[in-house]
Amino acid sequence: MTGVRWLALLPVLGILVGTAFVNQVEPLVFGLPLVLAWIVGWVVVGAALMAIVYALDPIDAKPESGREGGQR
Amino acid sequence: MNGALVIIGLTAVMALGLGLAARRGLRMTLEQWTVAERAFGGPFVFLLTAGEIYTTFTFLGGSGYAYGKGAPAYYILAYGTLAYILSYWLLPPIWRYAKQERLISQSHFFAKKYDSPGLGILAAVVGVVALVPYLVLQLKGLGIIVSVASYGSISPALAVWIGAATVTIYVMISGVHGTAWNAVVKDFLILAVVVFLGIYLPLHYYGGYAEMFRAIDAAKPGFLAFKPTGESVLWFQSTVALTALGFFMWPHAFAAALTSRHERTFRRNAVILPLYQLILLFVFFCGFAAILKAPGLSGGDIDLSLFRLAIQTFDPWFVGVIGAAGVLTALVPGSMILLSAATLLANDVLRALMPDIADDRVTLTARGFVPVIALVAVYFTLQGGQTIVALLLMGYSFVTQLFPALICSLLARNPMTKQGAIAGIVVGVATVAYVTLTHSTFVSLLPFLPSQANDVNVGFAALALNALASAAVSLATRSAAVPMASRPG
Repeated sequence: MTGVRWLALLPVLGILVGTAFVNQVEPLVFGLPLVLAWIVGWVVVGAALMAIVYALDPIDAKPESGREGGQR
Repeated sequence: MNGALVIIGLTAVMALGLGLAARRGLRMTLEQWTVAERAFGGPFVFLLTAGEIYTTFTFLGGSGYAYGKGAPAYYILAYGTLAYILSYWLLPPIWRYAKQERLISQSHFFAKKYDSPGLGILAAVVGVVALVPYLVLQLKGLGIIVSVASYGSISPALAVWIGAATVTIYVMISGVHGTAWNAVVKDFLILAVVVFLGIYLPLHYYGGYAEMFRAIDAAKPGFLAFKPTGESVLWFQSTVALTALGFFMWPHAFAAALTSRHERTFRRNAVILPLYQLILLFVFFCGFAAILKAPGLSGGDIDLSLFRLAIQTFDPWFVGVIGAAGVLTALVPGSMILLSAATLLANDVLRALMPDIADDRVTLTARGFVPVIALVAVYFTLQGGQTIVALLLMGYSFVTQLFPALICSLLARNPMTKQGAIAGIVVGVATVAYVTLTHSTFVSLLPFLPSQANDVNVGFAALALNALASAAVSLATRSAAVPMASRPG
């Protein structure tokens, strides 16, 4: 799990750092300016990555009460 | 009186009626707003919990910023996603501690964590200060809707007074017994209206999204990407960071998180809610569509753009439907904000200062604060000039100053002392207040910085000073405390 949770950093880097490198209108992607499409893409990818983190997080593998055993 | 105004007026009356009818029904305190919603299942929960963020800010502010500023509006799409990712790890430990200590407000959380009632009061005051611009922007939105939908027969100033009176009456009538149904109606109506407009307007006027963006790019080169200076990429980065960190620092968002039934909910929301942000795209499309079709709005008037274009495009009755959705997006959150600020003042400031005060006196005082806060908000609204987005960013600049003290308090061994926390918050808030009131820039304050630094969001820069101040004061007070208490650093 500890490895998987680093996936959550990708959207943070993508939006906060990556945006600087795609700051242009052309080419349009799905009709959107490139920089807008980039941000929209990271919103979608971010949700997908968080779904992976959520699915693999042992903290939620058990019922709610199993939290104490999960990690420390 | 025209068709649009009749529909909007009826909506407001209906909302008041629902509030009155619900007095005995569902209790909806600020703390319970979200919780009540969790009684529903499945997709309903998704719409409702996510719907909290749909206020006048998104509806008029988001479209207005896209219209008037272009690319800078994109930040609104980005910060929610980062905030929800952060919440995956941030909210569960807050929730656990609050449950263990039976805490119900952010102010109590700070007071308990740092064993300092003074810090609790400070947090509550910062919350109220941040909520005022948030309330002002709802009133501004109400004013815009009423004034534009009246086709000019009601002046904006009068419309603001009408809006403020409606919100105040709404809070006074429904009090804490607000109705979840207003929130439900609001969410579905705004969702339907925004998606419809975001699809219809670009197709109707331009024939497609790519055509629309090409036309805008040709007419205003550079408008759809970040500028080299001013609201540049650096501005985007610092603003997204500031608002993502501040997202759950709002007193009402924090309180709502405390009353969740399962900590798992936070993690699941972190997966699902970012996608809901995509509705903002349709809001942007409305604003972008208006650029070439309803040109000429500038300054604080850019927030009018969606309505201007709607009036040009649709019959009055449909303008009324849009206006009705807009009224609810201002009325429901506006009343929550008003209630929240009044409760903070009565329950977290007054009660902390006078611990012996009786419960009914606190409730009475909270009710007394409602019209006072509304009047303060009207005063600032009529001062005018600010865009809705600028107002929300001001609120964020204040409220995010609570973040360093909060995050440190969650560490296994908190490096921050209560003096450090107080010093940091005071320095951060004072910096924001000074820069906002004097309209000064950072480079004029700190001339050794490169001129690029001016693009950094004020609140983010204040956050840096805040962290420095709390670190310095914590170091000083900690080393002073060690010999006395002889405890390890």
